Amino acid sequence: MSHLNTFQQLLYYYDHNGMYVLQQFLRHFLISIYGVLFAAIIGIPIGIFIARNHKLGNFVISIANVIQTIPSLALLSIIMIVMGLGVNTVIMTVFLYSLLPIIKNTYTGMRNVNANIIDSGRGMGMTNWQILYMVRLPLSLSIIMAGIRNALVLAIGITAIGAFVGAGGLGDIIIRGTNATNGGALILAGALPTALMSIITDLLLNLIEKWLQPTGMKKEA
Amino acid sequence: MSEQTPMVQFKDVTKIYKGKTPAVSHANITIKKGEFCCFIGTSGSGKTTLMRMINRMNSITSGEVFINGKNVNNLNPVDLRRKVGYVIQNNGLMPHMTIKENIVLVPKLLKWSQEKLDQKAKELIKLAELPESYLDRYPAELSGGQQQRIGVVRALAADQDLILMDEPFGALDPITRENLQDLVQRLQQKMGKTIVFVTHDMDEALKLATHIVIMNDGEVVQDDIPENILQNPANEFVENLIGEDRLAEAKHDTVQVKEIMLTTPVKINLGASLKEALSLMKQRNVDTLLVTDDDDHMKGYIRINRLEHRYHRASSVSDILESDIYTVKPTAYLRDTVDRILKRGSSYVPVVDDNNKLVGIVTRSALVTLVYNTIWGDTDPMSSAELSKHQKDQVTKGADDDHD
Repeated sequence: MSHLNTFQQLLYYYDHNGMYVLQQFLRHFLISIYGVLFAAIIGIPIGIFIARNHKLGNFVISIANVIQTIPSLALLSIIMIVMGLGVNTVIMTVFLYSLLPIIKNTYTGMRNVNANIIDSGRGMGMTNWQILYMVRLPLSLSIIMAGIRNALVLAIGITAIGAFVGAGGLGDIIIRGTNATNGGALILAGALPTALMSIITDLLLNLIEKWLQPTGMKKEA
Repeated sequence: MSEQTPMVQFKDVTKIYKGKTPAVSHANITIKKGEFCCFIGTSGSGKTTLMRMINRMNSITSGEVFINGKNVNNLNPVDLRRKVGYVIQNNGLMPHMTIKENIVLVPKLLKWSQEKLDQKAKELIKLAELPESYLDRYPAELSGGQQQRIGVVRALAADQDLILMDEPFGALDPITRENLQDLVQRLQQKMGKTIVFVTHDMDEALKLATHIVIMNDGEVVQDDIPENILQNPANEFVENLIGEDRLAEAKHDTVQVKEIMLTTPVKINLGASLKEALSLMKQRNVDTLLVTDDDDHMKGYIRINRLEHRYHRASSVSDILESDIYTVKPTAYLRDTVDRILKRGSSYVPVVDDNNKLVGIVTRSALVTLVYNTIWGDTDPMSSAELSKHQKDQVTKGADDDHD
């Protein structure tokens, strides 16, 4: 093998382990998605709730900010102490990191809805619930989606590190490369799909975000 | 029946925001059905607060507010607000909904059927004097004035009898504002709605209101019809709010159209022949004739140049009738109409009563006399009766000058 250059080694690897890489790709993706999904399920209602109260909002967001400052490897290790090795630890970490962008964007989105519009909705006899789902949510959906996009891109990076606690995914291949002598090709074999996943996810969610922007607002820009 | 239940009644209403001086204190106001009531005052005078207590957008600290004899505190706020139209400054249209969805928002909350909603949307866009194609547009695609038109008709969507307007035209340019004021006035008179209108613009209040409530520092300073407020301002604050110019004009402002109109307009029956029309024109030395039917109902007018063009092809007056004519009511105040008559550039304006019967005309020269008297009135004071008599003389003279 040593007579091949790095690029040829990379192709050789994909040629022989294509299915394995694909499996890890999928696994990697799902771990990230699960973490973000749970964060969205918890984070969006929290964001909506704290938007009613400015003080509470600042408090909750500063807590989420603190979580964000812990280095991912450290957080992973701390959670590992509680939850042990395995996929769940990584999903938990992804979940915690995704909370901040999702809560923050939901909060901002809710707060940015023009007070005039809320007032006229209330004045026309909308219940609080109707104001939420007929006015606030449609108008802030694209901002919430931007938070999810940030979270998911971040999550793909964190999942790569998650291989250290035995969660599998593309990080596995990268770690194997760092442990091997002359493992450059292996590192690339893991890193390239990871980067690709990030970029594609970002582009795709960007499109969804634009699509979710209320029609009447798009034309304004 | 003088014992009719008032539309809105404030009984000793006070509103205190936490830890502040009262925003409204001990307000007692009665607004009858069909009134156009303006709350006017400087900013921070509590006028908006007072209005918002009607549909419980603001809670009431003490006292009672009644709508149609019912205490609003006993009504469900959501149901109450759906029954009361609400228009705010900057329109408050939902930017993510089409014009149609915006217009029928309240009926939709009331769960009307889809056909009924469609029908209502078409009906209302017509009231707003906008084309039906606008229904599928979004608010951002409309101009500010058009948006506020939608804002106004939206408040009528569920056949609300009472409409609250909070400085609805404050953000519009003067021309658009005037158009919208006209629209609101027309709608109010046509549909007999009761409107509570908050403004800080005295011109707007004087133009629209049939009842003015002047607020200062949370207290009702004066609560009366516009004429009385102009004639007898309660105190210095009211005088300042009205302004010296308007006070000086006030005595002339009470001149009604009927006082200066010429009561013998040159008119002709709808069925008369063109020959008769022509000879009448020659005899009276005029180039246009007002056309009425047998009962003196206003039908339109004919012009000499049109008569000349069609003389051999048309036989009766009705064939060359032009009906797009601007009229005024005899009870209208001149202050409201003088500008428009002068701007339109026609030499005279017919005066018709409520049954569209022609009762007279106002000529431009009569208006000139009036303006002259307004400006020179101070140096040459005349009693109202003398003034109008004097003007009538002028009118007769002026009418002939104008018609050739």
